[in-house]
Amino acid sequence: MSYLTDDPIDTAALVRRLLRRSDGALVVFEGVVRDHSEGKAVESIFYDAYRPMAEKEIGAIVDGVRGEWPDVAVDCLHRLGHLVVGETSIAIACVSPHRAEAFAACRAVIDRIKQTVPIWKKERTPDGEEWVGWQHQC
Amino acid sequence: MKIRLLFFAVLRDIVGKSEADVEVPDGTRAADLWQSLRAEHAQLAAYAQPMTAVNESYVRADSPLRDGDEVAFIPPVAGG
Repeated sequence: MSYLTDDPIDTAALVRRLLRRSDGALVVFEGVVRDHSEGKAVESIFYDAYRPMAEKEIGAIVDGVRGEWPDVAVDCLHRLGHLVVGETSIAIACVSPHRAEAFAACRAVIDRIKQTVPIWKKERTPDGEEWVGWQHQC
Repeated sequence: MKIRLLFFAVLRDIVGKSEADVEVPDGTRAADLWQSLRAEHAQLAAYAQPMTAVNESYVRADSPLRDGDEVAFIPPVAGG
């Protein structure tokens, strides 16, 4: 079971594998490549990762969320490599008997992934390419 | 002791390679390795000390290293 893929994400397949007869709520979050970033046009994004550690970190986040919301089933998949505008970079699916838990769990997964998982993105703009993140901490 | 250093994203671009094996004295900490890198690569002077991973787990930068450790400095992450 891998949380990382080099291929386009099939969100419907992710959901099919997850959904149980007892579920009454399905929440899906997809992160999508947008055409702008901080006032600049974005043409595409290259995602890179410290793969074995990223797998472990996402696994720990998913396990943590399962522990906090025991009625929720959760899965996610993060795509790496070169993505163009409109493509899905991450899909997270959460199902549960009732909606509140599924919404909360899904939000927690994406928020935590953005904080700790060693994945990086390089944006290609008309001015060139730049890794996102560090320039704001100088 | 021997340490394997891994470089990702902006760090890989600055250092010009994705990994390096280095020989360091016993008692070396990850923070010491970061200082060495800064001394070698002037561009790094502009960057704050990044998060540190040893053997695929986050650690404090002042944790002592052990022979055979795999050390990665983690630039600010941008997944999602």
